[in-house]
Amino acid sequence: MTNKIISRAMQFVAVLAAFLFCIPVFAQSAIPEIPYDSAPNLLKMPDDIYLGEVLGVATNSKGHVFVYTRTGSVNVTTGTNRIFVRSASRLFEFDQNGKYVREIGQGLYGFIQAHAVRIDPQDNIWVVDEGSNMVIKFDQEGRVVMTMGRKPEAINNPVRPPNPEAGGGAGFPGDNFNGPSDVAWDSAGNIYVADGAVPSRVAKFDKNGVFIKTWGGRGSAPGQFNTPHSIVVDAKDNIYIADRGNNRIQVFDTDGNLKTQYANVGSPWALCITSGPHQYLYSSDSNTKDFGPATIYKMELDGTLLGKFGAGGKQLKEFGTIHEMDCRKDNELYVGEITNWRVQKLMLHPASGKSDATPSARK
Amino acid sequence: MNRRLALGVLILLSLVTARAQQNVPPPAKAFASAPEIPYDSVPNFLKLQPPLYLGEGIGVATNSKGDVFVYTRSGEASRLFEFDPKGNFIREIGKGLYGFQMAHAVRVDPQDNIWVVDEGTDMVIKFTPDGRVAMTMGRRLEFGGGLKATPPPGTPPPPTDPYRFGRPTDVAWDASGNIFISDGYTNSRVVKYDKNGRFLKEIGARGTGGGEFNTPHSIQTDSSGNVYVADRGNRRIQVLSNDLELKTIYDNVGAPWAVCITPGSHQYLFSSNSNPDNNNSRFNTVSGEIYKMELDGRVLGRFGKAGKQLKELTTVHAMDCRNENEILTAEITGWRVQKLLLHPQTKLSLIQTSSR
Repeated sequence: MTNKIISRAMQFVAVLAAFLFCIPVFAQSAIPEIPYDSAPNLLKMPDDIYLGEVLGVATNSKGHVFVYTRTGSVNVTTGTNRIFVRSASRLFEFDQNGKYVREIGQGLYGFIQAHAVRIDPQDNIWVVDEGSNMVIKFDQEGRVVMTMGRKPEAINNPVRPPNPEAGGGAGFPGDNFNGPSDVAWDSAGNIYVADGAVPSRVAKFDKNGVFIKTWGGRGSAPGQFNTPHSIVVDAKDNIYIADRGNNRIQVFDTDGNLKTQYANVGSPWALCITSGPHQYLYSSDSNTKDFGPATIYKMELDGTLLGKFGAGGKQLKEFGTIHEMDCRKDNELYVGEITNWRVQKLMLHPASGKSDATPSARK
Repeated sequence: MNRRLALGVLILLSLVTARAQQNVPPPAKAFASAPEIPYDSVPNFLKLQPPLYLGEGIGVATNSKGDVFVYTRSGEASRLFEFDPKGNFIREIGKGLYGFQMAHAVRVDPQDNIWVVDEGTDMVIKFTPDGRVAMTMGRRLEFGGGLKATPPPGTPPPPTDPYRFGRPTDVAWDASGNIFISDGYTNSRVVKYDKNGRFLKEIGARGTGGGEFNTPHSIQTDSSGNVYVADRGNRRIQVLSNDLELKTIYDNVGAPWAVCITPGSHQYLFSSNSNPDNNNSRFNTVSGEIYKMELDGRVLGRFGKAGKQLKELTTVHAMDCRNENEILTAEITGWRVQKLLLHPQTKLSLIQTSSR
C-alpha cells in the first residue's frame, strides 16, 4: 500500500520535473534580447569613501540615489559574559548625476548587515538590515522616524536562545523579524516586510507600524516560501514576492490570498516595478558564481515575458550578483551588485517594434 | 576580534530568535479607575544632526539649568549626549569611555553632577558638571583569560560583594548625599553608600517577599529620604526607609520600568508600566501607560499608550520629571526621547481632593 503511494508520488514528481524542465527551454527561445547600455563612472565617490558590497539601491522622486552597502568588519566586543555586535554597513545618498550628497545614519545602532533600501511614495527612506533584524524608516532629512523589530541586546557565550521570559531581543511570529530581506507599501501605506530565510513569511503592518497579520512559512507549497527575497506592490495593490529558493514569483492580494505565480524567470533575487501608467515588472535571476549566467527579465504584470538581457561578469554592462533593483522609469534601471561592489545605471533600448515582439513572446 | 568570530556571531545573531510566547499579564489594577491626563508631545524635541544618531533611548535626565542628558545604546558603544533645554545638541561626554558598554541609566544629582549606570561594565560613574570623571563605583571585568561563559538560566548569583555590581540598573541620593543603587539583573538588591562611595548597608535577594526583588529596575528618593524601588519583575513599587527597612508596597500600577519623583514642596511620583521591549504588540493593550501618584501611593491619573507615533510610547526605560508637567521619556524600541507636556485638569483634581 505504502509502496503504491510512493510510486505514484514518484510518477507525479517525474511528470512535474519534466514539465518544469520544459518551461525554461520554451521561454528562452521566445524571449527577445533587449539591447542596453550602462552609464560609466556613475557614482562619484569622495576620496575617503568606498562602497563595499552593494546590497541595496533605490531612487527617490528627485532622482537621488540611495545605496546601502556592507563596508567594513562587523564590530564585535565583549562585555561581562556577553558579546555585542555593532555597525558594519553604511547608507549613502547621491544626486541624480551621481554626485555624493551625504551619509545617513553613520554608526547607527541598527546598521549591521545591509540587505535593502527602498524609498516610499513620500520619499521616506527605509532600510532593511538582516543583521540587526530591523526595518528602519528615515524621513527625507535623514532622521529616524520609526523602527520595527529589535536588535538583540547582546549574545550569550556560548550562544543559546534567549530566555523567553527575559523579554529582550527578537521573537517571531508577530512584530519581530529574523533576517528580514525587503519592505514595500500598498496605496493605503500598509507596510509589508519579507522576513527571511528561516521564517520565510510576509508580515503586514498598518502605516503606523501596528502588526496586522502574517502569512507564508517555509515550504514549497503554493503560498509558502523558500526565502522571500524581494517584495514590490503594483498600483492595484497586488503584492509580488520573489520566492527565490522556489524559483518563482508569487502574487498576493493585500490579505495574503495567493492570486497567481510566475515560474519562468529562474531564481528571482530582486524585483522592481515601474511607476508609470503602464507598469512593468523586472526580475533578476542573479548569478551566484562569477561569470555564471545572469539575466534580468522584463515582464508585464500578468507575467508575460517581454524581453531579457544581461550576463555575469566584471566589466561594465556585466553583473556580479545583482541584489536589488530600482526602476522608476520604464527603461532605466539601477542595479546594486554584491560581488562587483558597485551600482550600475542601465539604459534599455527595446526594439521600436516592441509591440510586435510582445505577441510572439506571449506564445 | 577576528573575521571568523565576527562571521560566526553574525550567523548566530540571526539564530537568536525565540518563539517568545510570554503570558500577557492583566492590565494594572489602577488602569480602569485612573482618570486620563491630557498631554502633548513636542515634535522633533532633540535636534541631533548627522553624524550623531540616538540608538536605543535608555537614560534621560535634566540638570538644574534644564539641560538634557541622554544615555543611549548606539552603534559605536553606549554614548552620553548633552542638549540644551530646547533640545539643541551641546556636546558628547565620555566619548569612548572604558565604562561605557551597555547603557542603563543617567541621573543628575542636586549639585548637577552627572551619574551614569552601565549594566555592561557593571559600573556607576560620576561626572562633574563639566564632564570630568569624579568617582567610579564597581569595576569592569578584565578581559584576561578570554570571554567568560554566560551563566545558564537559573544559575544562582555569585555571593554579593559590597563594591561590585551585577548588572546594576539605577542610582539615587538622599539630602545628605548618600548613594542608593539598585543592583540589578544578576544581583537583586538595593545598596546604600555614603557620599564618598563607602558601603553602608544592603537589602534584598531574589524573591517575591517583602524586601526581596525580581529585577529592581529604577530607584528614587523623596525629600524625607525614603527610597522608592521599582521592583519590575514583581510588578510593584517597594518603599524603603532611609535605612532600607521596608515601609510599604504599591502594587496597583503594573510593572514599574521607570520611576521619578518631582522636586518641590509637594512631591509626586510617576511610574511607567511600559510595554515590554520584546516589541510584541500583544502586550500593547495591557501596558504602555504612565501613572501620576501621590507619594502615599494614591493614583491621581494616567497618560500614554503603547505605539510608534508621536505621543505614543515605545517602551519607556527612564523618565525625568524635574517639572511635574514636563515629563521626558527615554524609549528603547523607538530609539527616541520625547518631551511630554501634561495638561492636568485643575478642576478635576480639586473635585477629587474635596471628595476624599
